[in-house]
Amino acid sequence: MKFSEQWLREWVNPAIGTQELMDQITMAGLEVDGFEPVAGQFSGVVVGEVQSVTLHPDADKLRVCQVSDGTQTVQVVCGAPNVRDGLKVPFAVVGAVLPGDFKIKKAKLRGQPSEGMLCSESELGLSESHDGLMELPADAPVGQDVADYLKLNDVTIDVDLTPNRSDCLSIKGIAREVGVLNSLVVEGPEIHPVEAVHSEVPDIRIEATAGCPRYLGRILRNVNLRSQSPLWMQEKLRRSGIRSIDAAVDVTNYVMLELGQPMHAFDRTEIQGGIVVRMAKPGEKLVLLDGQEVELTEQTLIIADHEKPVAIAGVMGGEHSGVSAQTGDLILESAYFDPITLAGKARGYGLHTDASHRFERGVDYKLAREAMERATQLLLEIVGGEPGEIVEVVSKDDLPKDHSVDLRATRLYDVLGLDIDRTTVEEILTRLGLHIDKLLKDGWRVSVPSFRPDIAIEEDLIEEVGRIYGYNNLPVTEPVGSLGLRQEDEATRPISAIQSFFVDNGYQEAITYSFVDPKVQQLIDPEREGIALANPISADLSVMRTSLWSGLLKTAAYNQNRQQPRIRLFETGLRFEQVGERIDQQQMLAGVVVGSQYPENWANGRRTADFFDVKGDLESLFRLLGIDIQFVGSQHPALHPGQTAELLRDGEHVGWLGTLHPQVQKNLELNGTILVFELFLDSIVTGYVPNFKEISKFPEVRRDLAMIIGSDVAFADVERVAKKHAGEQLTALRAFDVYEGESLGEGNRSLALSLFWQHPERTLNEDEVHSLFNGVIDALKEELGATLRS
Amino acid sequence: MENLEQLVQDGLAAVDKADSLQSLDQIRVEYLGKKGVITQQAKTLGKLSAEERPAAGQKINEAKGQVEQAINARRTDLERAAIEAKLASESIDVTLPGRGQDLGGLHPVTRTLQRIEQFFSRAGYTVEQGPEIEDDYHNFEALNIPGHHPARAMHDTFYFNPGTLLRTHTSPVQIRTMEAGKPPFRMICPGRVYRCDSDMTHTPMFHQVEGLLVERDVSFADLKSTVEEFLRVFFERDLEVRFRPSYFPFTEPSAEVDIEWGREADGSIKWLEVMGCGMVHPKVFEHCGIDAEEYRGFAFGLGVERLAMLRYGVNDLRMFFENDLRFLRQFR
Repeated sequence: MKFSEQWLREWVNPAIGTQELMDQITMAGLEVDGFEPVAGQFSGVVVGEVQSVTLHPDADKLRVCQVSDGTQTVQVVCGAPNVRDGLKVPFAVVGAVLPGDFKIKKAKLRGQPSEGMLCSESELGLSESHDGLMELPADAPVGQDVADYLKLNDVTIDVDLTPNRSDCLSIKGIAREVGVLNSLVVEGPEIHPVEAVHSEVPDIRIEATAGCPRYLGRILRNVNLRSQSPLWMQEKLRRSGIRSIDAAVDVTNYVMLELGQPMHAFDRTEIQGGIVVRMAKPGEKLVLLDGQEVELTEQTLIIADHEKPVAIAGVMGGEHSGVSAQTGDLILESAYFDPITLAGKARGYGLHTDASHRFERGVDYKLAREAMERATQLLLEIVGGEPGEIVEVVSKDDLPKDHSVDLRATRLYDVLGLDIDRTTVEEILTRLGLHIDKLLKDGWRVSVPSFRPDIAIEEDLIEEVGRIYGYNNLPVTEPVGSLGLRQEDEATRPISAIQSFFVDNGYQEAITYSFVDPKVQQLIDPEREGIALANPISADLSVMRTSLWSGLLKTAAYNQNRQQPRIRLFETGLRFEQVGERIDQQQMLAGVVVGSQYPENWANGRRTADFFDVKGDLESLFRLLGIDIQFVGSQHPALHPGQTAELLRDGEHVGWLGTLHPQVQKNLELNGTILVFELFLDSIVTGYVPNFKEISKFPEVRRDLAMIIGSDVAFADVERVAKKHAGEQLTALRAFDVYEGESLGEGNRSLALSLFWQHPERTLNEDEVHSLFNGVIDALKEELGATLRS
Repeated sequence: MENLEQLVQDGLAAVDKADSLQSLDQIRVEYLGKKGVITQQAKTLGKLSAEERPAAGQKINEAKGQVEQAINARRTDLERAAIEAKLASESIDVTLPGRGQDLGGLHPVTRTLQRIEQFFSRAGYTVEQGPEIEDDYHNFEALNIPGHHPARAMHDTFYFNPGTLLRTHTSPVQIRTMEAGKPPFRMICPGRVYRCDSDMTHTPMFHQVEGLLVERDVSFADLKSTVEEFLRVFFERDLEVRFRPSYFPFTEPSAEVDIEWGREADGSIKWLEVMGCGMVHPKVFEHCGIDAEEYRGFAFGLGVERLAMLRYGVNDLRMFFENDLRFLRQFR
């Protein structure tokens, strides 16, 4: 809501400056977004009168004018098309300074002396308009300073109102607030009923009474819309952000700004039969005032005549029935439309108008008649005409009900934490226009005026008291808690511990969008379809990710394109999957690694990170979490078929680790060996609480063996067989060398193991260890076809 | 016995010339070993009378001692020189960078979230999570934002179908937590939220932290202290905080919170909006089966990226989701 400070001060004029006024209303909850002077900075501009105009002897488009500044007449050369005899214009005399520090001096234009300049609106910083000279009214006093004459010592204040404060979408509403804040009486213009001079009335029928509980119409005959609205009205409109159109439209806009009631004027000759307020029928069309044709939906409340729609109720009128300079008779509309019926309707047609903005938020349901009288009064002053009677059609049952709300003093104290005396409360409420119906034992019964549809419950009144008293004047206390300390589960590690782990191991955390490109999604996870958004921001952010890899891999590509060859990223977040009717939303932990394993410098960085580097990181993580995870060779559509591990915990799938499939890598325009992993966070965060075991005092025995074994035999199987035969006292088993080479023969590899034994209660003797060791060797030979290397 | 003097002189001279521990040891053997030339002098004692013998013996011992002392001194010198030579050969350029893994870093949003969580955890708040694909009821209805409400226009919502959407705030987590438990409550709900808006100052996804405290006896005055203290701890400054009346459908009274952020040209405080808050609306309690006469609550919400931008001087919101390593590495 934009308004002119001067206009506000006509209603209520506190003895404070502009800044203080703006601070005051901001702190009352009407946030001032900004303010702007209504004109540029200038001096030396007076009302001038053009006394004669002759053609410039040496220039087609210039005129030589004699202009009076009230004390003398001087010659001015002017190029504006609308300069003419008798015109009153802003006249910048020699010595004047226009906006932009533009000084007016004596000059010669094409040989003709020129003393001063006739000004357009844009030259005075009033508007962007370049349509020739600004024309002042004929009665403008020649010689008066234009800034004084136009009262330009004014600012436009822009208030960003919250949707509940529809009552402040008018000068009247804002004046009411300013009055409360400064304990001042608010006075608007006097509004009297206008007497009818003829008996013609519009025929009005409301079919959709729920959407339109009240509709007022009046016929105004023989108006003259060829005359413009007066400068003072144009200026007030302009300073409130509304362009002057014609007198009828200007008046309805003026009343809307002044009182808050949107209105409409129809050309009576274009209304066939009478006015019907109803819902639109399927297929009905309407060309709106802005020229666009819309097909109306059945949920749209419209104003129609007996043949066709003529306006979308509370949004915009039709082009055909709108007024023009030729219009002789008007039908004026002033109505109350139901906010719920109108909610979202304008938006549905791609519209947002001053009227729809107000009706959707709730207009004062008792304002229509007052506004009608005010508009009539103004129209009679400006365009003349003959008013008829007002026809008012009301459906009482559909109008909002007058109601009251009880406010308890104890509740007021409890919610605000403020001990406030009753007189102050009563004064605040009364000044806000809330009537105290009755004093209760513990408070007040307050009747809510029709202009405050937002006040429905006790808390709303508490807010009003707090707001006017000033939030910053309310006390500050520490909350007292009744909550006990809560239980923490030691075996479950917080996500922050996992994040720290990756940070410590050289990974940078990324946060990528949860919606991704369906093409990337398809590459990464062809078996699952991402849940699609109905209204995505763009095609490449249109489906929900089923894997965090989509975002991470795109991030990797983004960074590779910016000369970042070494990338180690991780992310935690949800992935989304449709499982039947249900949407599965699981917390994931994922990572991507590409480039050298260590930062490149004199000592390292020559080795590219491979599967086992990342596996090592994950194994460390699992030790941190206290969990046991098996890595099993497997297949994944996005991963290298020979370098993919499925991760299992107690046989349950918990995630994947692998090298990105070269084809996927190519399609994503990534370089190098790309390693990725992804784990279900909930499956891995809970480990165990340590349980102390006695440390053996007896020596540990180590035996090493080297064997040749088929390359297709997994180390996990070797480990399993060895452990099965190594007895209870085996404390550790490690592979200390893996080698593949021609000398071993095709399909073979050499594997060297260390086994460690230790007994908790005694020293193991040589024979025992020997027999266990041989047992392991025999089993590896028999079960896995291993041969011992000599 | 003049011979002995000579031998000592020769021995000392030899020790002096010894240039390694080995040659020094040879000298020791040559002069003081069992067959060493000075040790051998003891054999001459037998030829002496009993009266002469002790003095002569003492002289030999003195001679041995003299040489031995010289050898020990020389050994110490040689050893020290050897260590020094070894150390000299082992010297390295300590200014070369170290080996091993680099350090990664947290995303600035996570870093900010962790600071916020720490503050509220210390104040006894739990950290609650919830789904990001939400139903209309939990995201809007239960928060007193019915279908026709103008506040829906303030939320540019991503929809999957008319009843299913991406949450526009983390408040639905508060609803779910209240539905599942019994008051009192103290919780914060951090997480991703989504609005269908993308330009210089909006990203379609961002992070919020919403907090809720429900107790039998809590007031707006308690809310003020909580918010003020949080902001002062977060910015590590004793900054001015002001509460401005505002509107949210789920709180009543409602306020927006501004902090002092520099000065205007005329010296007045420049205010910057950082949070929203208020007392829980009775309708919200009603939806969660909590008696609004018995319990009251306050709630607050803040944008994490906004706080991170202010705290770290980031000037472009969109950088948070580009994940440019040159940006991310500045926050480790």
